[in-house]
Amino acid sequence: MKEEVTLMKGNEAIAHAAVRYGVDGYFGYPITPQSEVLETLESLMPWETTGMVVLQAESEIASINMVYGGAATGKAVMTSSSSPGISLMLEGMSYIAASELPALVVNVMRGGPGLGTIHPSQSDYFQATKGGGHGDYHFIVLAPSTVQEMADFVGLGFDLAFKYRTPALLLADGIVGQMMEKVVLPPQRPRRTAEEIRSLCPWAADGQPEGRRPNVVTSLELDSAVMEKNNERFQQTYRLIEANEVRYDERLTDDCDFLIVAFGSIARICLKAIEDARAEGVKIGLLRPITLWPFPYDRIKELAGKTKGILVVELNAGQMIEDVRLAVEGRIPVCHFGRMGGIVPNPGEILEAFHESFK
Amino acid sequence: MKKEIIVAGFGGQGVLSMGKILAYAGLMDDLEVTWMPSYGPEQRGGTANVTVVLSDSPISSPVLDTYDTAVILNQQSLDKFESKVKPGGVLIYDPYGIHQKPTRADISVVPVEAMEAAIDLRNSKIYNMIVLGALLKVNPIVDIDSVMLGLKKALPERHHHLLPANRDAILKGMSLVADDCQ
Amino acid sequence: MNIEDIKRSENKVYSRPELLNDSPMHYCPGCSHGVVHKLVAEVIKEMDQENNSIGVAPVGCAVFAYKYIDIDWIEAAHGRAPAVATGAKRLNPNRLVFTYQGDGDLAAIGTAETIHAANRGENIAIIFINNAIYGMTGGQMAPTTLEGQKTATTPYGRRIDLNGYPLKISDLLARLEGTCYVTRQTVHNPASVRKAKAAIRKAFENSLNRKGTSVVEVVSTCSSGWKMTPEKANEWMVENMLPFYPLGDLKNTAE
Repeated sequence: MKEEVTLMKGNEAIAHAAVRYGVDGYFGYPITPQSEVLETLESLMPWETTGMVVLQAESEIASINMVYGGAATGKAVMTSSSSPGISLMLEGMSYIAASELPALVVNVMRGGPGLGTIHPSQSDYFQATKGGGHGDYHFIVLAPSTVQEMADFVGLGFDLAFKYRTPALLLADGIVGQMMEKVVLPPQRPRRTAEEIRSLCPWAADGQPEGRRPNVVTSLELDSAVMEKNNERFQQTYRLIEANEVRYDERLTDDCDFLIVAFGSIARICLKAIEDARAEGVKIGLLRPITLWPFPYDRIKELAGKTKGILVVELNAGQMIEDVRLAVEGRIPVCHFGRMGGIVPNPGEILEAFHESFK
Repeated sequence: MKKEIIVAGFGGQGVLSMGKILAYAGLMDDLEVTWMPSYGPEQRGGTANVTVVLSDSPISSPVLDTYDTAVILNQQSLDKFESKVKPGGVLIYDPYGIHQKPTRADISVVPVEAMEAAIDLRNSKIYNMIVLGALLKVNPIVDIDSVMLGLKKALPERHHHLLPANRDAILKGMSLVADDCQ
Repeated sequence: MNIEDIKRSENKVYSRPELLNDSPMHYCPGCSHGVVHKLVAEVIKEMDQENNSIGVAPVGCAVFAYKYIDIDWIEAAHGRAPAVATGAKRLNPNRLVFTYQGDGDLAAIGTAETIHAANRGENIAIIFINNAIYGMTGGQMAPTTLEGQKTATTPYGRRIDLNGYPLKISDLLARLEGTCYVTRQTVHNPASVRKAKAAIRKAFENSLNRKGTSVVEVVSTCSSGWKMTPEKANEWMVENMLPFYPLGDLKNTAE
């Protein structure tokens, strides 16, 4: 069968990909710049086809707790929002991580802090990768840079979340959410049957304890010795994820003298700057972390061994640079270029910043 | 082949949808495409612009410094983007409402009286298609059949009866550009 | 007569409900929670739903409800039980889904989730324990604390000018189109226990039959928080709470 190529926004691609993956439920609350996810799902009416539930909740707080309730029964459930909405969800996200539930949260980042701006930003990197909510926990964080990846990472996010019983966060930004480009949607998969859920999720509180002990999904444990054991189990899972699931994309690093590290859509603008620099004879390579947690420390460390300097480009005041510096361990200079408040730099500006950093 | 285009004007002039039709036409021609809007309140009455890249190889950045072609529909956009046209590039503009004309000599400047044509046709809704026609005459990036196919894909079925009027508007736009401007 | 002669099954008149396990309950002596737990366990068993139920536990004194009743449970964040139950029920529409919440959980921090779940007519049952105080955190003011009632945070009594009015949230919920059954009960004597049990059964049947949202408010005592003996607490409840929170059905359109 010929691949079906369509043109759509990143936000729309997420909605289509969710239906195609066989997601059981989506709960969300409108916020710019990602409202097209809920709008597209409502117009697709997947409850008529796959049986997927789509519900507009009264708040982001309700959305994430509906996700928690659905995920606790072993269903594939997701929500999406943008930065201020994600802040509201953090309590629920901590509960979901602590209850070892698979789920997918999408953050199409806008500029903050506070109500900030509706324009693109990457200023939730710390929030996404270092916790955000309370307690020692992680979401697996995937950063798409194309509309195709917006679609693909829905499935990847759920696959990883169910594999490790660890929720996934798709950390996008207003650029890749709002832009349109070509996308090949994944084939339609059926939603999991009750039997499949039972065998995949023996822990699920699906209401049918016949033949097993009743399941309780909870993050509460007042016995400190047991609670420490729980934490140790979470950490063991995180070490496993760090060992197996680091993903990144590398361009023109074979012969590069310098490296740019950038994630998400901004990495594409950097690639254009790198192409322009190469035309001038300056050899820069690009490393784009795809998983922001787990972070590609090892690969950056290797590349630091054969380059003269690294420029980290982000739509924030300097967040991922801290992880890059941890990887580099002071071997070579690591500089930062960032724009904030919804300003998106163009390739020329990035190249200028590069020259300024390494003159 | 790579074409880097910006369309800029007021929200409501059909700037974003014109870009969308170009992108769909590119899709019909099996090109790689990106469509990057300025979004948000700007869509509602302020200035609006969209960057469209059409290419036969993968596109890195959807955000650009300079453009091969700028389609300019108001003074603010002219002020902002005239300097961003690559030397040798094309600036198409509608003189309607423009009080300070473009001055650059190292690019082709093509005025298109699209608003007047729309008024003549008593149909403001096809304004952006007239502009698109002019663009395609100056710069035949995609052919009109691809545009019509793209338009068919972009429009909901209940609006398909409007396709002939749109085609006429594109042809009208083409006729507004002198043959030597190509 | 020898005690062993009496301990025969044909002489048995009462036993712990099958679904109520033998974990020692952490509730204080005289607390209404134990009685309501027992009723929930009995009703689920009598309805033959022990393999078709999902309970959602709150934050508050009933946080450990899942330890005592042997069905599948989800422990919610404070106030979020109706949203959690929404997710569980929407994705498992054939299940009996209920929340079990206190006054702080349901009528303070979770007011938005409560009202919107009820307004959507989610097919869930809400068991609402109203004891007019925050029991678990040590007896602070609840949204339902009565005017003049002394608590740890209203040591001289609740002042309306300072703290506003006690919230009759069930009256509010009864006004919403999405609720099909809203009732106020107590469990302080055998007759009221029987009535409360019938109300819980009705609410659970409504969830199963997808009639809309049901709310069973149980006006309860908190002898520890009120600093009274259990017997005195029952008297105080009848004298002070019932005039403000009168018993009976506030709405029943599910019949």
